[in-house]
Amino acid sequence: MNRIESKWKELKKKGLKAFIAFITAGDPCLEDTYKIVLEMERQGADIIELGIPFSDPIADGPVIQASSNRALEKRTNLNKILLLVKDLRKKTDIPIVFLSYYNPIFHYGIEKFVEDAVKSGVDGVIVADLPPEEAKEIKIFSSKKGLDTIFLAAPTSLKERLHKIAEASTGFIYCVSVAGVTGARNSLAQSLKRRVVDIKKLTDRPVAVGFGISNIQTAKWVASFADGVIVGSAIVKVIQDNLEKKDLISKVGKLVKDLASAIHKA
Amino acid sequence: MKNISPDTQGHWGKFGGKFVSETLMCALEELSSAYNEAIKDKNFKQDLNNCLKQYAGRPTPLYYAERFSKKTGVRVYLKREDLLHTGAHKINNTIGQAFLAKRMGKKRLIAETGAGQHGVATATVAALLGMPCDVYMGEDDIKRQKLNVFKMKLLGTKVIPVKTGSKTLKDAINEALRDWVTNVKTTYYLLGSVVGPHPYPVIVRDFQSVIGEETKRQIRKLEGRLPDYVVACVGGGSNSMGMFYPFIKERKVKLIGVEAGGLGLASGKHGASLCKGTEGVLHGARTYILQDKDGQIASTHSVAPGLDYSGVGPEHAHLKQTGRTSYYTVKDKDAMDAFFMLSHLEGILPALESSHAIAWVKNFAINFKKNDLVVVNLSGRGDKDVDIVEDYINPVRN
Repeated sequence: MNRIESKWKELKKKGLKAFIAFITAGDPCLEDTYKIVLEMERQGADIIELGIPFSDPIADGPVIQASSNRALEKRTNLNKILLLVKDLRKKTDIPIVFLSYYNPIFHYGIEKFVEDAVKSGVDGVIVADLPPEEAKEIKIFSSKKGLDTIFLAAPTSLKERLHKIAEASTGFIYCVSVAGVTGARNSLAQSLKRRVVDIKKLTDRPVAVGFGISNIQTAKWVASFADGVIVGSAIVKVIQDNLEKKDLISKVGKLVKDLASAIHKA
Repeated sequence: MKNISPDTQGHWGKFGGKFVSETLMCALEELSSAYNEAIKDKNFKQDLNNCLKQYAGRPTPLYYAERFSKKTGVRVYLKREDLLHTGAHKINNTIGQAFLAKRMGKKRLIAETGAGQHGVATATVAALLGMPCDVYMGEDDIKRQKLNVFKMKLLGTKVIPVKTGSKTLKDAINEALRDWVTNVKTTYYLLGSVVGPHPYPVIVRDFQSVIGEETKRQIRKLEGRLPDYVVACVGGGSNSMGMFYPFIKERKVKLIGVEAGGLGLASGKHGASLCKGTEGVLHGARTYILQDKDGQIASTHSVAPGLDYSGVGPEHAHLKQTGRTSYYTVKDKDAMDAFFMLSHLEGILPALESSHAIAWVKNFAINFKKNDLVVVNLSGRGDKDVDIVEDYINPVRN
């Protein structure tokens, strides 16, 4: 059983929902990413999503675009991020999932990427611009090496596609809350609940919801029907607002603590 | 010819495909089926042909460039896409796609533009069909192409400046894709080249193929045979794909694509995705791209704004791989010389993009055989470029 699977089991046993926290690796620098990951775990995050920065992040809103740029300015790349995970694995067993665009992985070499990711202690991968139809190659190597591949289910995905997505996904299914790019929204449509329920009918795998969840209230509401809640832009925004400040890590920790307790208790 | 058509998911061999957010998959499927229905509909075809004829000015002449031919020692015909409404081949595609958008019941058009030619062509059909239109354009391009920005505004289109990344075409495409993913139910994304996820490379190629089809008919009538060479410039690759496509099966016709050599391939400042790029995935398709050692997209340079792009259409990638088309580069300086040459010898100001194709003929001249027949796609007129040319002649003007 891999780390993601055992985490879901553990949470289920305790009757808790999962809090999945996203940050971009290398923003503001890889040393801080190391500290932030450990701090987020301490404050209650259950799974860590590490963004691989890309020059052309078409699925992201302004906050994560800026974060990606900051990381690239520091010359962050896949090699360095894999080393970071290796270092983290000396300290923690928290599940770590990469969130990337396809080109950096493709350029690294799909087979080599899967092999090196698993060797470094990465548990799963989400590729923002890779629908199941184009994922045959990465699926072959991932299933061989035991790297989870998590696919996104969109508000526009019809039933036939949802089947495909559920079938291709391991680890969990990433349900996108709204049509659009990543970033905070004030509220989410009530229809989201219905969609999550529909997806859950198609699969035994956990369903986590992401995109636009920026406050305690929304996180709580989503956790009331989903298995997990993914928060990205809201955390990255705290990093953006506290660059160069001494209490950057504790500021992130504070938000993560509040979100974790809201989600866990829902 | 193997794989002249892509598979149902838009793959030519290993190139093409649909590398997009899940949210857009449904919209691409909707677009595919709407397009496949439309092209079977006689009324759609007739409306399109009427509009191309009455409004855009088709067919365009195939002109024998006598003085240029004499100078280069080979017979050269120019396909005069520069004479079309809005001054370039771009309108062939925007009319087709706007008709399709209307048929699909979409309420709003969006587009990206680099030099502004596709933006103007989209703004034009938006006005023609009475549809609201937003065009994304890099902030740096807005500064370089003021005239086209003003034209779009006059036509009733909103030009949205893109301040992210390199602030040029690739970032404008990113921003247009972000808008589309957010407003996918109501909005039609009118993509301007044979790039992007399937079915765009097919749709744009088909609407541009009128160039090659007309050329074939015209050259047969004028010369009683097909040409030995067909030459066109390649940025994203729409004018060249439109010109090449009807000739792909004519194995004796050599197809020549000319990319932006910029300041020279060794300088790293160029737009030669096919000649110098490596395989990758950009803007929804697997193709040749310019990228760094980490797979980050590289910035490009060309004196011709329409060739200033880090990717290229996936069908070109396939044509390169199968060897059906040969790709070359022409430097800024040579393109500029060709611009002056055609202006002086023929009284035609070519677009700087098309000047690359002209320059190739000029550079290649000694290799042609005596009776060779060459067709160059003159994809656009150079009026839009006179500021760039003036700066080139007199760089200390400012």
